[in-house]
Amino acid sequence: MPHLSTYVQFAHQSEQTLADSFRTVAQGHIQQVDIFHTCLLLAEMSDAHVRDLEPFARHYANTGGDDVDEPERLHAVGVAQVRAGLIGLLRDLQDLHLLTTLVQTTWTVLAQGAQGLLDKELLAIATHANADTTRQLCWLTTRMKAAAPQALIVAP
Amino acid sequence: MVTDRIADIWGARTSHSKGTVWPARVDLHLDAGVREEDVDRWVHSACLLCSNGCGCDIAVKDGRMVGVRGRATDVVNHGRLGPKGLYGSTPWASSPDRLMTPLIRRDGQLVETDWPTAMGLIVEKSKSLLESKGPLSHGFYTSGQLFIEEYYTLAVIGKAGLGTPHMDGNTRLCTATAAAAFKESFGADGQPGSYTDIEHCDAIFLFGHNMAETQTVLWARILDRTRTDDPPKVVCVDPRRTPVAAEAERTGGVHLAVKVGTNLALMNGLTRELFAHDWVDLQWVHAHTLGVDDLRSVVEPYTPEEVGRICRVDPEDVRRAARIFGESRNVLSTVLQGFYQSHQATAASVAVAVNNLHLLRGMIGRPGAGILQMNGQPTAQNNRECGADGDFPGFRNWGNPRHVQELADLWNVDPITIPHWAPPTNAMQIFGYAQDGTIGLLWISATNPAVSMPESRRIREILGSDKCFVVVQDLFLTETAQLADVVLPAAGWGEKTGTFTNVSRTVHLSDKAVEPPGQAKTDLDIWLMYAEAMDFRDRDGQPLIRWRTPEETFDAWREVTRGRPVDYTGLSYTKLRGPTGIAWPVNEQAPDGTDRLYTTPVFPTFTEECETYGHDLLTGGAVTEQEHRAMAPAGRAFLKGCAHTPAHEEPSEDYPLLYTTGRTVYQFHTRTKTGRSRSLNQAAPDAWVEINPTDAGRYGITEGDLVRVESPRGAIEVHARIGQVMAGAVFAPFHYGAWDLNTSDPAAPSRQANELTMTVWDPVSKQPYFKTAACRITKLQDATAPSAAPTTAASAPAAGQGAVPPTAGGEPTISAAAQTPHYPNDPAQGTDHPAPVSTVTGGSH
Repeated sequence: MPHLSTYVQFAHQSEQTLADSFRTVAQGHIQQVDIFHTCLLLAEMSDAHVRDLEPFARHYANTGGDDVDEPERLHAVGVAQVRAGLIGLLRDLQDLHLLTTLVQTTWTVLAQGAQGLLDKELLAIATHANADTTRQLCWLTTRMKAAAPQALIVAP
Repeated sequence: MVTDRIADIWGARTSHSKGTVWPARVDLHLDAGVREEDVDRWVHSACLLCSNGCGCDIAVKDGRMVGVRGRATDVVNHGRLGPKGLYGSTPWASSPDRLMTPLIRRDGQLVETDWPTAMGLIVEKSKSLLESKGPLSHGFYTSGQLFIEEYYTLAVIGKAGLGTPHMDGNTRLCTATAAAAFKESFGADGQPGSYTDIEHCDAIFLFGHNMAETQTVLWARILDRTRTDDPPKVVCVDPRRTPVAAEAERTGGVHLAVKVGTNLALMNGLTRELFAHDWVDLQWVHAHTLGVDDLRSVVEPYTPEEVGRICRVDPEDVRRAARIFGESRNVLSTVLQGFYQSHQATAASVAVAVNNLHLLRGMIGRPGAGILQMNGQPTAQNNRECGADGDFPGFRNWGNPRHVQELADLWNVDPITIPHWAPPTNAMQIFGYAQDGTIGLLWISATNPAVSMPESRRIREILGSDKCFVVVQDLFLTETAQLADVVLPAAGWGEKTGTFTNVSRTVHLSDKAVEPPGQAKTDLDIWLMYAEAMDFRDRDGQPLIRWRTPEETFDAWREVTRGRPVDYTGLSYTKLRGPTGIAWPVNEQAPDGTDRLYTTPVFPTFTEECETYGHDLLTGGAVTEQEHRAMAPAGRAFLKGCAHTPAHEEPSEDYPLLYTTGRTVYQFHTRTKTGRSRSLNQAAPDAWVEINPTDAGRYGITEGDLVRVESPRGAIEVHARIGQVMAGAVFAPFHYGAWDLNTSDPAAPSRQANELTMTVWDPVSKQPYFKTAACRITKLQDATAPSAAPTTAASAPAAGQGAVPPTAGGEPTISAAAQTPHYPNDPAQGTDHPAPVSTVTGGSH
């Protein structure tokens, strides 16, 4: 099961990237206080997933074959710096949305793998994390919709 | 009986036994030298100085308002009035500093001008912004103190004339969470309970609600039940030992002085206890709600011990409070700012949690088993109904195309004009857009954000900035008006006719009693003037707004409510000039109105009917229509849970204390009216802070010392009351700005509580949090006198009465027993309960 290991590592790494990216956007748009506080809250959600995955990352770490060429093929690119202004905020939220979608599909795939392996603990974590990721996406969509008209039409 | 209602806030007791009607008693106050028989006219109205909505008549003599008298026949107050209503209703109107003419800013100064010039300037700015940036350049920030006719007219201007989603009111600060809680739990706004629940309940839970000071007449109604042989048990959640807390102890209830910012942990603990002791009516819950399993798992970690740890209360007290809720047949719950303006307050979580408790026990829709999610202001409800805030008129769902089409048909406009393509913008975000300059015209009416919004320095900078053209219409040159580009003089209560709805859905008509001063105009006339100058048209080229008088406006509004939960179709000005206010829905099925909602447990959660599809309580993420449809709520209420999270700002080494703000009984908001009443203002003339005796010892502070209280955002310098707030917290009243300080020194120390508060708001209701900041306190000078804090209520000294001179000295008022009439829909007045004759007995203390 070389590729399950790849996906466990990938979930681990991409959730960490997502947590860091939420924090970057929070700090970068600190004047938008709801963005600041909610992004920190959502970063903590991803932090928890990273912690939950630690034992599995260790457990499956030795199951990978040497021929798996990762992380090159599976690498989530995070938000390293934010853009300015309302339109910048909108773009940053879109980037977060893309990244979160990648994380969510990773959990979906992992949940399938966990079921195939009868690994109920991994399945429970994947299911819970998937639900959290849905909340993250839901908020991002809601906030983008709120920001869009002003950003697209009025912002300089 | 002649009474000083400063000293005796709640008046004489008219105690009565459970299940009997609250006896009538008429309270009256007239200006010195005016006798009842001297009054020329009594004009039909209702009080505007809190959210209770007491029916009253305005006394007019020689063309002036000279006092008020409670209406014995009104279902809300049965004749009573509170100190604010008695002393504060009329003196402001003849105050010499009323705004008499429009003002415009010239070379940095506000100078007098005429209406055509002032309105011409607004229209020129408005048209030029529409041309260059479109309607999203316009923002409106209103109030909880205007009339239905004014909110509705502005809603049509904003939503169908201009097409801006940037409309909100200070209701966002006061009542947004109540509305959000209803929407999340029941599908639509609408107070389930009634004040008549007080007569029938076995226990009353007051969540963050110092009713004894905020709604004194409602508290008098409760005292008339608790001061008997068969009192309901009172449970109080408040970090201060308020009169409500004292009553909790007296009735064998519980006072839970939870740590500021931890309300949700307590609520989760109470909810868990209901499950743990099988106090949940599972059959009812399965038939009429959704989400019980999720809720049970969310609250599972909140054992009484865990709640005790988080909230710093005795776990036994949590158990006792839960037992009272679990073992009483009928519980009445009320909720106000201690929850709404605090961490996770929102509908989203804490206020919804109160609804949850009632749903879990099936305690809704019958006398005594009620929920009163309160409002802070007398007409806040109408801003929510009419859509001058972030809601759509008639509790319509902005995400439901059919609802938007209904409005488009009513207004005869293209639906795309109506800004339903984005969530309505909340007040805090509106000020954010004004700050970044994308809102170029901000029109503020009947509110004073320079004092009442959080983080005052930021608000002053936004209002004073050149990026945004600010229009303010008000009665006086408030702190906000002083920063405006155009100031419009407005007529106030008694100087105009209109309707408004209190917190128990009761609609009152307030008739014009006197002419407004100088060139002052009603808010309705001002907006009609703007609409005419802007020449807003419908899709057939006819004027968009075709009403001129308040009554024509009301009739137009009534049509908007047809078929909605907020049904006014059975009301008219004629009917509202009858003996009592009338609670909606009023229609052919309920011609005398409706005492309580949900008497059959079918809630407006149908996907086609609901006002919102709901939100994630933790983040505010919106549920989509498809997701809502998939849940198939179909008339079932939602049980929603949420985990407790720490507040956004916790005490630290630099700022070791919690900071919380609130009210005193003698002042309302930023004192625009109450500060101009001699009786009220002398009772609470200046700002103060309250600290606990333990903290006073630690910081070397004694009664009356001048102290500096500081947060990362600002500081105040005021005198200290060694009072009854919980240890580790500082309480400051938020009423006090600078308009009556006669200082022009901008560097002078502030006394304004919101200098310290944070810009942060609830994810669902978007209500700002005024009760979760950290601060430090330093003594500056020894006392020369006790602080100005009143001694009669929650700000009483910890050392007890007698430690400082008692607050007293109100002008005389008269209370008289009255025959208790038949009140429409009062459950205590069935044939089994003949109305007792009232006997006014001794004082309330």
